[in-house]
Amino acid sequence: MNWQGWAEIALTLGLALALGWPLGIFMSRVWNKESTWLDPVLKPIERGFYAVAGIDPNKSQGWVGYGASLIAFNLFGFILLYAMLRLQGILPFNPQGFAGVSPDLAFNTAVSFVTNTNWQSYGGETTMSHFTQMVGLTTQNFVSAATGAAIAAALARAFAGNRETGIGNFWADLVRTTLYVLLPLAFVLAVALIGLGVVQNFAASVSATTLDGASQTISVAPTASQLAIKQLGINGGGIFNVNSAHPFENPNPLTNLMTAIAINTLGWAAFFAFGRSAFARKEIRALATAGILILGAGAGVIYVAEAQPAPALVAAGIENPVNMEGKETRFGLAGTAAWAAQTTGASNGSVNGMHDSLMPLGGGMSMLLMMLGEILPGGIGSGIAIMVVMAVLSVFVAGLMVGRTPEYLGKKIEAREIQFAMVALLVVPLSTLGLSALTVVWPGGLSSLFNPGAHGLSELLYAFTSATANNGSAFGGVSANVPWWNTTLGLAMLLGRFIPIVAVLAIAGSIVTKPKLAPSTGTLPTTGALFIGLLVGVIIILGALQYFPALALGPIVEHFQVLEAVAAN
Amino acid sequence: MSTMDFETQGRGSTRLAGGLTAATLARALGDAFVKLDPRKLLGNPVILATELVAVLATISAAIAIGSGADGGFAVAIALWLWATVLFANFAESIAEGRGKAAADSLRATRTSTKAKLIVDEKQELIVPTPAHELGLGQIILVEAGDVIPVDGEIIEGVASVNEAAITGESAPVIRESGGDRSAVTGGTTVVSDWIKVRVTARPGSTFLDRMIAMVEGADRRKTPNEIALAVLLAGLTLIFLIAVVTLLAFAAYSGIALDPVVLGALFVCLIPTTIGGLLSAVGIAGMDRLLKVNVLATSGRAVEAAGDVDTLLLDKTGTITFGNRMATEVIASPGIREEVAFRAAVMTSLGDETPEGRSIIELARNKGISIEAPADSTIIPFSASTRLSGLDTDGKTWRKGAVDAILKLTGKKDSDAPAQFRQAVDRIARSGGTPLAIAEGNTLIGVIHLKDVVKPGVAARFADLRRMGLRTVMITGDNPVTAAAIAAEAGVDDFLAEATPEDKLRLIREEQGKGRLVAMCGDGANDAPALAQADVGVAMQTGAQAAREAGNMVDLDSDPTKVIEIVEVGKQMLITRGALTTFSIANDVAKYFAIIPALFVVVLPQLQMLNIMGLTSPESAILSAVIFNALIIVALIPLALRGVKYRAVGAGALLSRNLLIYGLGGLIAPFIGIKIIDVAITALGLA
Repeated sequence: MNWQGWAEIALTLGLALALGWPLGIFMSRVWNKESTWLDPVLKPIERGFYAVAGIDPNKSQGWVGYGASLIAFNLFGFILLYAMLRLQGILPFNPQGFAGVSPDLAFNTAVSFVTNTNWQSYGGETTMSHFTQMVGLTTQNFVSAATGAAIAAALARAFAGNRETGIGNFWADLVRTTLYVLLPLAFVLAVALIGLGVVQNFAASVSATTLDGASQTISVAPTASQLAIKQLGINGGGIFNVNSAHPFENPNPLTNLMTAIAINTLGWAAFFAFGRSAFARKEIRALATAGILILGAGAGVIYVAEAQPAPALVAAGIENPVNMEGKETRFGLAGTAAWAAQTTGASNGSVNGMHDSLMPLGGGMSMLLMMLGEILPGGIGSGIAIMVVMAVLSVFVAGLMVGRTPEYLGKKIEAREIQFAMVALLVVPLSTLGLSALTVVWPGGLSSLFNPGAHGLSELLYAFTSATANNGSAFGGVSANVPWWNTTLGLAMLLGRFIPIVAVLAIAGSIVTKPKLAPSTGTLPTTGALFIGLLVGVIIILGALQYFPALALGPIVEHFQVLEAVAAN
Repeated sequence: MSTMDFETQGRGSTRLAGGLTAATLARALGDAFVKLDPRKLLGNPVILATELVAVLATISAAIAIGSGADGGFAVAIALWLWATVLFANFAESIAEGRGKAAADSLRATRTSTKAKLIVDEKQELIVPTPAHELGLGQIILVEAGDVIPVDGEIIEGVASVNEAAITGESAPVIRESGGDRSAVTGGTTVVSDWIKVRVTARPGSTFLDRMIAMVEGADRRKTPNEIALAVLLAGLTLIFLIAVVTLLAFAAYSGIALDPVVLGALFVCLIPTTIGGLLSAVGIAGMDRLLKVNVLATSGRAVEAAGDVDTLLLDKTGTITFGNRMATEVIASPGIREEVAFRAAVMTSLGDETPEGRSIIELARNKGISIEAPADSTIIPFSASTRLSGLDTDGKTWRKGAVDAILKLTGKKDSDAPAQFRQAVDRIARSGGTPLAIAEGNTLIGVIHLKDVVKPGVAARFADLRRMGLRTVMITGDNPVTAAAIAAEAGVDDFLAEATPEDKLRLIREEQGKGRLVAMCGDGANDAPALAQADVGVAMQTGAQAAREAGNMVDLDSDPTKVIEIVEVGKQMLITRGALTTFSIANDVAKYFAIIPALFVVVLPQLQMLNIMGLTSPESAILSAVIFNALIIVALIPLALRGVKYRAVGAGALLSRNLLIYGLGGLIAPFIGIKIIDVAITALGLA
């Protein structure tokens, strides 16, 4: 640990948050259909989309209509991508001649990219053609991110409304977010990354002979274009198997800093956009503060855990052992710690080091950051939406303690909101713990695990946590490309994505019809240190209560076992 | 119930909400066992789940003993799980018990005597008819000494009625036909004279019947907030079910075979049994606290709404001021000595029995001026046409009245009046008082200052309300100048002057349009629309029948300031629920640190590090957590019944205080409690 390390973590996290502010104002203008400086170029294209699809973008939909459009669009995207994966062998831009993928892998992958999870049960450079990567996966990188943003836009409108019924038009939200926010930013970032040395071509793999005479296949791909949206869209699926640890995908500290910022910045932007669109800037600033505090603490714990001397090397009597297993020397301890927190706090899932090699507490913390609900800042829009659900739950319990029916952002919180908030909350442990437990008892379920004991349980828990949270990062140590894992992980991704989405939209549908109440001195303050502290407490206690027993048998006991092993030497 | 009962308890006492006696405790204990019937627990998923686990633990213990194993630990766990359910049931029974006792005493009031049904009014044909056979619209005769059999409206006659059975107030009140005092309530007694009453409520749905049902909680339905909280608690229960059931698999993975009894104990410790067990008791106790201040709410929903009220509409008269304007000074016209002016003022008021008139004589007496009415005097009562009153004697006339009326009498135009007189009149009007001019013959003597006196302590009360986030609006028929002066003195936020019932209704709608909840009280028939429109409408028991039906609460003491207490009770109920929920959830952290190491430490000795409380053994740790979980319900019953104290401070201050006590306290208390229990059961050798 050194001050440079702490400064690097603070800088990476802080820049992402700071950049999210102006981007959020812009995103809010896009949601609100206000004018932007991109209008002259993009407005005709936008109109073209609506004309072709026969959509009236100004027709506000009720929550059921909005939700039905969202589900229909995602279902269509799933079917298209599934077909593309199965038929890869006969589709163009396939210089390596990869065959179509198996049904269970195609299901898992299609679900993974549609749900913005980008879990990869496969190695990208040895499985997917350029066509699949660019047309299939990259398209979903854009629209799955825009789908998440749409939920936040709808929920913001619900809180802004006063006795209304419509929560906006899904198609307009989808088209506008993709066109005005994601595409221009991804273009700029991709060009910058190419300039900094990230590979971008359509060539087949290159064969090289190494110094000691062995033959090596070097994969190349249109990397930068997919990388930009993989990070900005908080998707996370890399072209290469080792993801952002690969030198072609993340060649130097500068690309590392840029992509690390990109992992979080649009997530924070969605926070600020929500604040502006819902007329609740101060309140949402409090949510962002709570989020960055927890994320910063998480990054700090990982850094502290990783910066200790590697216990195994200490035991082997090596002097000054730096804990670099699974880390890239060009990023270092702090660069890896910051990334591990950012990628799990947001629902990104790209990695620049191997999480399986993190110390038990470091790995446990990155797991916990996902278990807290992907709200730090989470995916674009999906993060703030669930953060608002957490705020609603906090306000409900605390609001009672000031003697009023709780209200948040001027809307009364009643049975219906609590009901759907609980649905959104409940599905996460049901999927994470339920499917993990099922895998333990399922015959052969555990044969994919590389490690026994507590570490194996961590690998198992991490996989289902990552899938349910739509994170997509892999702890590693699991050969997941088998029917049982592909299917159950696919199921986890679907549950973790669409049930909270429907629940959030149902809350929006209920909230929008309520009168907007004026605050009084008797209203629970939802800004300021007290509320931030309360929210942080609720998020951590609620998360910890759900997962403490399971974590106790995984990372926690492993931590004590490591301590004991070190002490024994 | 005789009036004797009330005399011992007095007005505004705990007449309807009986105290805790050995008998009610015994009855509550019995009811706690009756409530073990799972059908009765369907509305309370947390306690139902606890009971299911208790049944499973019992079976498990029985099997263990049957197979010859040492089942002592399993039996202890099972017993404490049953105790948890019983304690929760006991809390509810005890809350209900107080209402039941009150209902019993009310039921005794219901008359079984025969009503005197008037069959033919012309021939005065009266047929004795059992009260329960009376129909709507029938006319009955009630004479001195009779109990009024049902609710009705007086169509003829005037009588003094003892309403102690309903209000607890044994001084009789006058009830007469026409106007706002024509409603009579079944169960009350006519003390003198007679009345003819038209039946307005079917037997069985009278005010008294509704009151019994309310007190007893027979048609108690969950309030919206209770439903929302129940959803939250059920959701948490499910989450912990998932956490505990999946733990079975993870433990198996780690080579640990978990005892189902222990797993059940963990589950019960985690689910929010504390608030689950006390939730309904809190609600019932809230209604009970209202009854203690002699307010009857038609639903728990209304009580809850009271906690949310943003705007309070208060009638000036009787609520903010004493209602009687009182003379505070007499200002003589130029050239008239003060003593002469006082004497004239007294002369005009000698026959004036109104509070205003009496206050003038009182004021003069304090100045040392005391006059008896001359023997040959004629009292001239106030008449609406002249707007004057006074006294004629010995050829002289004394009059007092509105300034313009007196000026007309003395043949003066407004501008003819002396400047000093006009200034005095203006000053009085500007200060919110009422100027009353006096004339002797055609001579303008002076002006009396009648002032509406604001009740002491009212301003402080309104300051409290403002800190609670409530806006007070004063409603008055006075002109805007008078209203503004009184509003400033009383410290209300706003006022509505020259208010008609329509204005009141419009104001309520406007406030509600801005998203505010409005509370008001009223007693007149013309208040009924506004009472119905308000979110919390408190009708006075002495008020018109229409008002009593329109409001969602009735104040048996007919005290308009009661609405402030109602708001506090509503808030207190919500605060108590929130505090207990927070406490309950915060408790789980300590329970994890007790139970998780205990579950796994045999196979994974490293987890002993998590046993930060240093509990003796795995068995003692688990048993201590279960015992703490059960006892905490009993320990908190008094708090649930009494309610968390409400303080009129801002929401922020209230939140930080309650978070500190129930959040942080809830985090820390079980660490201490479980440790103490562990030490105790280790010392006793129980585990």
